[in-house]
Amino acid sequence: MAILVIAEHDNASLKGATLNTVTAATQIGGDVEVLVAGSNCGAAAEAAAKIAGVSKVLVADNAAYEYQLAENMGELVAELGKNYTHILAASTTTGKDFLPRAAALLDVNMLSDIIKVEDAETFARPIYAGNAIATVKSADAIKVMTVRGTAFDAAADTGSAAVEAIDVVKNAGISAFAREELAKSDRPELTAAKIVISGGRGMQNGDNFEMLYKVADKLGAAVGASRAAVDAGFVPNDMQVGQTGKIVAPELYVAVGISGAIQHLAGMKDSKVIVAINKDEEAPIFQVADYGLVADLFEAVPALENAL
Amino acid sequence: MKVLVAVKRVIDYNVKVRVKSDNSDVDLTNVKMAMNPFCEIAVEEAVRLKEKGVATEVVVVSIGPKVAQEQIRTALALGADRGILIETEEKLESLTVAKLLKSVVEKEQPQLVLMGKQTIDSDNNQTGQMLGALTGMPQGTFASEVAVEGDKVNVTREIDGGLRTVALNLPAIVTTDLRLNEPRYASLPNIMKAKRKPLDVTTPADLGVEVKSTLSLVKVTPPAERSAGIKVASVDELVEKLKNEAKVL
Repeated sequence: MAILVIAEHDNASLKGATLNTVTAATQIGGDVEVLVAGSNCGAAAEAAAKIAGVSKVLVADNAAYEYQLAENMGELVAELGKNYTHILAASTTTGKDFLPRAAALLDVNMLSDIIKVEDAETFARPIYAGNAIATVKSADAIKVMTVRGTAFDAAADTGSAAVEAIDVVKNAGISAFAREELAKSDRPELTAAKIVISGGRGMQNGDNFEMLYKVADKLGAAVGASRAAVDAGFVPNDMQVGQTGKIVAPELYVAVGISGAIQHLAGMKDSKVIVAINKDEEAPIFQVADYGLVADLFEAVPALENAL
Repeated sequence: MKVLVAVKRVIDYNVKVRVKSDNSDVDLTNVKMAMNPFCEIAVEEAVRLKEKGVATEVVVVSIGPKVAQEQIRTALALGADRGILIETEEKLESLTVAKLLKSVVEKEQPQLVLMGKQTIDSDNNQTGQMLGALTGMPQGTFASEVAVEGDKVNVTREIDGGLRTVALNLPAIVTTDLRLNEPRYASLPNIMKAKRKPLDVTTPADLGVEVKSTLSLVKVTPPAERSAGIKVASVDELVEKLKNEAKVL
């Protein structure tokens, strides 16, 4: 069995989610090869070669893959993927974008967001916003899946795989990158942070998030938000934690002024320790919180900052 | 231009699902059903394109049991022009859904296909992308802004680090994110009018699509329960517990 993992990267460096995906691949059992498709992506390929458990790194370096447009990536992955029993990518917005396209080109179904490898054909994944776990067996010749990063440990960087350039250029020519606006932050990446502090509608406005940033900086934490806080324009949407935002599972999750709707819980309820600070003692968040503090966040959060 | 919108009947998003005691699946008997929230956003966007004069006709398609007509009628009440129901009692996988939609696309020749980014039951987030592969159309997934300009559509996508805009050749597929728009409510007169709008019923067999399944559900289990926590009285007690009891600080 040979397994293909498609690396997530920004050409210059590898994204952490790739390491968790490789761990899932090694649990399936077989040779794990990593595809790095990008433009001037040598540095990312070198990083991929250092991942423990990887036997070979394939590099498709072409301008057509610079922004990993789904139309081009889908064709590339479908073409290379014919030679593998499993194709895996991280369950990020990039992986979710191109992998179903590749699966359909291979005429196979796909499993999204797996959280457990039972055996080479059987995998577990959450459904209904994480309120049920489905164990699914695939009879497809090629098993295609995205991997929930927080459900697998990151692979170590002690490997030394061979790097091989491949000359497969797929340019569908039907889509083009126009522009992007990336949020700038010095704090750790939300999905990889050990501590996450999130604010909800109770924060009342964007300026008040400053209080959470101060606590976060003391803890080395990332800052997240509920959909209500994002929709109200307090913070940008890439901070949203939940069924439709990011899935996090940190050591400590602090929910501030968040009621705890089903859709929010879907994104954070696998956190090791959950703390809720809310003035409404009936808020559903208290049903999942290990430690609950019924208090006005405008007093509790500055007090928390001082206590740290 | 003609816009095709795909909608799905799913459990209402406020309902907390229960897993059946024999672990065969979740229990959907007597549970409130509704249009998938992301599909509502797709319908709203299509109707707005029509109001702007960009779209000339909005066709809504759903695949599911006979009662899925309710969700098509809802879309018609929101402003879609006509509906197509592909009737089947079977639970279909994304690839089969994409193949069925492909046959509708071939027949209807829409310039734009709008659909939700995922359904809140299976949480797959696959069908739009698969339809893109099968039809050869480009895809703008997780859209928070859609702007048709000539023979292209510019789609602003929500990505992990922020926002990215792509320019797609038409015809194209766009899957909606929650922030694309705020769906309207159907008024009573529009609900009444929707009852007279055309709704064609067809079947997978009529469309020549074989319904086959390669994924089998071994079991469905409830997620691990979290044990009940405690309430602390003060910030100091909270910090003390996090340091000494939970050891996470």
